[in-house]
Amino acid sequence: MVEHGDIRVVHRGGSKINSREPVVTNDSRFLLCASGERVKVFSTSTEECVHDLRGHTDLVTGVLLRPTNHLQVYSCSVDGTVRLWDFTDGILIKTYDIGYPVYAIYASANHEGVFFIVTPTQSDNRSELFQLVAVHLPQSGDQLVEAQELSAVLSNVSSNPAATGFGRGGEYIASAKGLHLEVYFFKKQKSYRFSLKEDNKKGGKNTLMCIACHPKDDCIATGHEDGKIRLWRNFNHKKEYTYTTLHWHHNAVSSLRFTPEGTNLLSGGLESVLVQWRYNQESERDFLPRLGSAITHIAVSPDGTLFCTSHSDNKITIIQSCVKVSAVIQGLVNGESVRTDLMVDPRSKSLVLNGKPGHLQFYSLQRDKLLYNLDIVQQEYIHELGLQQFEVVKVAFDAPGNWMATVEERKPKAAEPEINLKLWAFDEQTQSFVLNTTVSAPHEAQITSMCFSQAADGQTSMLVSASEDGHFKAWQLPRSACTEGPSWSCDFVGDYRGLAPQCCCFSADGSLLAVSFQEVVTVWSPASWELLTTLSQPPKAIRDLCFGRLGCSKYLMGTTASNLLCCWNLLTCSLEWSTSMDVSLLLSDPLTENMAAFCCQAESTDLFVFKPSEPRPVASLKAVCSGKVTRAVFAPREEMLESCEESSQWLNRSQLYFLTQHMDLMTFTTKAEEDRLAASSKQLFIDDSVAMTPFYLLLGKHRKQENQDSLTRLSAELMPLPRGSLAIKELLQSPAHVLPSTSVLCSMFVESLLVSVADGSEESKHAEEEMESEKEEEDSEGEMESRTPRPEPASPGLQSAESAAPALTKAQLKELRRVKKLDHGWLADLLLS
Amino acid sequence: MASFKPTKIQVYPKLGEKVTQDTLYWKNYKAPVQIKEFGAITSIDFSPVAPHNFAVTAFTRIHIYGPFSQEPVKTLTRFKDTAYCGRFRSDGQLLVAGCEDSVVRLFDVSGKAALRMFRGHTKAVHVTDFTSDRYQILTGSDDYTCRLWDIPNATELNSYREHTDYVRCGVTSKLNRDLFITGSYDHTLKLFDARADKSVMTMDHGQPVESLLLYPSEGLLVSAGGRHVKVWDLLKGGQPLVSMKNHHKTVTCLCLSSNGQRLLSASLDRHVKVYNTTNYKVVHNFDYAASILSLALAPNDESIVAGMTNSILSIKHRKSPEESAEVSGQQRRTPSYRVFVKGKNYAPKQDDYLVSKPVKQHLAKYDKQLRTFNVSNSLDTALTWTRLRKPEITVAVIKELDRRGTLKNALAGRDEQWLARLLNFLIGNLVDPRFAAVLAPAAEMILDVYRRVVGQSPLVDRQLLRLQELLEREIDYQQDLLEVLGMLDTLFASSLPRLEVPHPGTSRCFYWASCNYTF
Repeated sequence: MVEHGDIRVVHRGGSKINSREPVVTNDSRFLLCASGERVKVFSTSTEECVHDLRGHTDLVTGVLLRPTNHLQVYSCSVDGTVRLWDFTDGILIKTYDIGYPVYAIYASANHEGVFFIVTPTQSDNRSELFQLVAVHLPQSGDQLVEAQELSAVLSNVSSNPAATGFGRGGEYIASAKGLHLEVYFFKKQKSYRFSLKEDNKKGGKNTLMCIACHPKDDCIATGHEDGKIRLWRNFNHKKEYTYTTLHWHHNAVSSLRFTPEGTNLLSGGLESVLVQWRYNQESERDFLPRLGSAITHIAVSPDGTLFCTSHSDNKITIIQSCVKVSAVIQGLVNGESVRTDLMVDPRSKSLVLNGKPGHLQFYSLQRDKLLYNLDIVQQEYIHELGLQQFEVVKVAFDAPGNWMATVEERKPKAAEPEINLKLWAFDEQTQSFVLNTTVSAPHEAQITSMCFSQAADGQTSMLVSASEDGHFKAWQLPRSACTEGPSWSCDFVGDYRGLAPQCCCFSADGSLLAVSFQEVVTVWSPASWELLTTLSQPPKAIRDLCFGRLGCSKYLMGTTASNLLCCWNLLTCSLEWSTSMDVSLLLSDPLTENMAAFCCQAESTDLFVFKPSEPRPVASLKAVCSGKVTRAVFAPREEMLESCEESSQWLNRSQLYFLTQHMDLMTFTTKAEEDRLAASSKQLFIDDSVAMTPFYLLLGKHRKQENQDSLTRLSAELMPLPRGSLAIKELLQSPAHVLPSTSVLCSMFVESLLVSVADGSEESKHAEEEMESEKEEEDSEGEMESRTPRPEPASPGLQSAESAAPALTKAQLKELRRVKKLDHGWLADLLLS
Repeated sequence: MASFKPTKIQVYPKLGEKVTQDTLYWKNYKAPVQIKEFGAITSIDFSPVAPHNFAVTAFTRIHIYGPFSQEPVKTLTRFKDTAYCGRFRSDGQLLVAGCEDSVVRLFDVSGKAALRMFRGHTKAVHVTDFTSDRYQILTGSDDYTCRLWDIPNATELNSYREHTDYVRCGVTSKLNRDLFITGSYDHTLKLFDARADKSVMTMDHGQPVESLLLYPSEGLLVSAGGRHVKVWDLLKGGQPLVSMKNHHKTVTCLCLSSNGQRLLSASLDRHVKVYNTTNYKVVHNFDYAASILSLALAPNDESIVAGMTNSILSIKHRKSPEESAEVSGQQRRTPSYRVFVKGKNYAPKQDDYLVSKPVKQHLAKYDKQLRTFNVSNSLDTALTWTRLRKPEITVAVIKELDRRGTLKNALAGRDEQWLARLLNFLIGNLVDPRFAAVLAPAAEMILDVYRRVVGQSPLVDRQLLRLQELLEREIDYQQDLLEVLGMLDTLFASSLPRLEVPHPGTSRCFYWASCNYTF
């Protein structure tokens, strides 16, 4: 993270959660997974993230339940530490400083006080050789412990954590690398090596990919690059080992796992099919097909009820005993490349970009959560390597968000590319986009740019697409009332001297269209399709075009490949100003006059924010990130920021998001906003043991406030027991099956919450009685708590409040009763929550 | 776990007809009732009064049909020779008809014998009509004259000898008792005023005039002759307004729809065209089995009656509203379907507890085979669709296999019979521009796979030769088209120097040229 005075660049949009195998806790309620520099704790039933274990300063490379205490978890990281956490409360217990980058961690119940890590052989990070090292944990009460007692177990292991595993009862550890399988027996202090030939006759590759050891039997399963699974037995003899081969996968097996009882073997790979093999009856298989994308890891809960598969599209699927997908935890899909530009859906204000193959993902920036995936291609995805499939390459939205245009492309080998242009209408009823028109082969070559007319009236929608075939086409929705709904059709085909158009852009009011043909910018009138004027700034081709907005709508900005940023005045048709900078991306803020230019300079990117009317930048940030920025977008804020400082004013109305070279989604925030966010996230923090329901909110409120009482002792936030607690009591204490229907209860319940008018006169005394009311408050909460049917140990604070209650004098009680009638601030609280 | 996404069958836009209000209106007729008459039907006229019987003049008879009867309600047979032009008077009581024997006969619709006989013409009378005052008759004859007769006295009032050829059509004004217009084979239309002794207006149609029609407002006159239909503005002294040439044989009959918005013209080319009377564009087209001689529309367009040269009278009745709703709503269901949906469309009541069960996804057979990666079988299944004339399904499956990269596997290892079937399909659909992009690579692939066995089977060889011939012809066509396109471009460029000319679809031909080298 880079700091620039007030404005900071921060990471946004969840990092990878599929990099390492997820871990399911013993009670199957939580799922832990490494996510960037953090460990995330998800609830398996609600899919919500309940804790974020922060502390590592580099990539977390492994998560492991502590064998001796199932409520604690180890995590290892490239920063050279192993940390022990209590994941139910999210507390860091201990930090072991190893001193070398750790790439994987293993432990076994039979090896107490020892865990095994994979580190590079040399201390410098660049070496390709890794070794398995046993770390003896020093007994110390300190938070930070230096673990120096290291002993090498195996040298030359794979850094892939799936390639190493403990055998039955921790008696041996097996590790695979390349074509070799190495088994180390702890009792004999001896290791055996088994090797395979490089290629068998049919050209299959025998490279070992992953390994799993049977928990009850002496059997090691290895997955191979050609899709075979070998079950090794009798490997405690160097010569007389045997193996059987299972073959179903057609591509490399990426993960193997035995169920805890050892009755089944699970395997997964690129095919995105979870295969369940019966142990010892391998001809019987169960399949769970079409899980979405390639399986990278499989995890099984310790009691064997849940399977988790993590997928290459940044997703974790929770499967109940191999039959039913019960939950899907989906992060922001970060593919290798984002072919579509970053877009903001004008309706949901969500970020739109490539998601799963053939899909668009709508990602809520506010909630940092994937909203939904929209299937654009609508074809069965074939999970096979080297197959050219349809990809969404362009997206455009019109200004009110009623129409979306997508372009999908498939480039078969030695054939013309297949291009489809699809237009989607927003359906109010289903609140999603519905396919309206499909244009197959709209252009003969790749579409380079596409944009909607931004006419304010919203009467006529027009789409312009420019293609490498030398034409740009305007598509329009005819207004004639056809019987089967209107569909889009081509309105105009334009070209300019046989040159290929690069980018197109509509002016803010939709009255001008600028299309760039190499170094020439042509300006057209969409009403008459007349070529109005041409602008050019030789010598090199135009890279980006952008009209100014609002007060600067008379300016047209362009960047050229010869590192020029030009501003043309469209009233005089002349160059207003130009400056020399290598702009990799130029974009305009739809809500303000501001424009942002990302400039690439010496391996890092600078950001300039300026107004077209004056060449002096409003704000400039140096070294925003390393590498080139090619995708960015202005997303409108939900509520305006009130920042007065000139340098951060451009962030008031919208926020700028961009993708770095490594596909990380970043944004700019101010310090004040950060603080506010941090505060609000604390408030949102909920108890993880209970699912978040409206009913829970009603009850959970009390306990939350107990925690915060010490911090915020404000009388307004305090909450007396509702006077009509009778209704609540009835609700809670009578069994659910004898209760009348909710609709009957509701009115009674709501009535009990109302404060009668007569109480208004006593309001003046409120201030004096504040202190007492608080005491009463605690008291009544205690009562409330004890009435709840949940079997939960009351916290110490609660008990003390309860014991203190009888000590109140009669006078106090009288006062309290009066107070109870007054305060109705809690009602507002309740409604707000 | 997402469900299997079935193969997408591309929906191609239907070429030609577009659904408009007009096509909906004019298609909303039942299947025609066909009645065999004794000879060519030269004239049909609807009675102006309810129940709107119509008189059909064919050979030596005039049959009067009721609106829904298939048998004539009345037959007038007292003609010595071929009868012509049976017309009702505006009260529907009297009917006049000309005859080949030059005698004009006036009938009472309820009686049999002629009430009056008007003798005076020397040749066949092809045109008869009542004037708007109901007491006079206009006739036109092959003796180049047209005459006015008085009905009560059966005397000739006036005779006009201005035409220089047969008078074959005429129409009287409905608003003015003295005005009438005649059309003749001398290519002219003449407007006569009974108060004057000669014509007051003459218009040149250019071809022998076959039919005339006055608009209800009588400001415009429509004439048909040769292949042309022309519209004249009478209020501007007979100025030609529009000339339409939409038929490719002589237009024989004209007719106006009841609301005056549409003009119908029938021709010997077996078509009836419907024009919009505001812009005179053809909005609909009817096809008939034989050349049409006469056409009439019932009031309110309740039925279209056409008489043809093969003496067949075709009557199309308009569908009643419930009938048309039924057809558009749902097709007739077979019993098995009704059994199949039994109980499925039961709507749950308010307090019912709905036990949902997973909906079984219905997949076509080829999709089921594709789901299990049975590529060869799915291609087999898809080829059976050709029998049902749905090549787009076969093409969609071939495209899907190509996308999966398994088309070669699916094509390989087939026997002679199967290969012949596939080649047959290719011959039928390869040059279809909708399918060419998919089928051409497939054809290349077939040649690659079976190159070694070419020459072993006469059946397959013959088909390959046919395919080659087909492609060569297609390439010639494309080349010609490109030449035409080039010429057009030059023309456009020279006439409009600043206008941008789109050049769509030029690359396809090169594609063809490149794909041919394998043959």
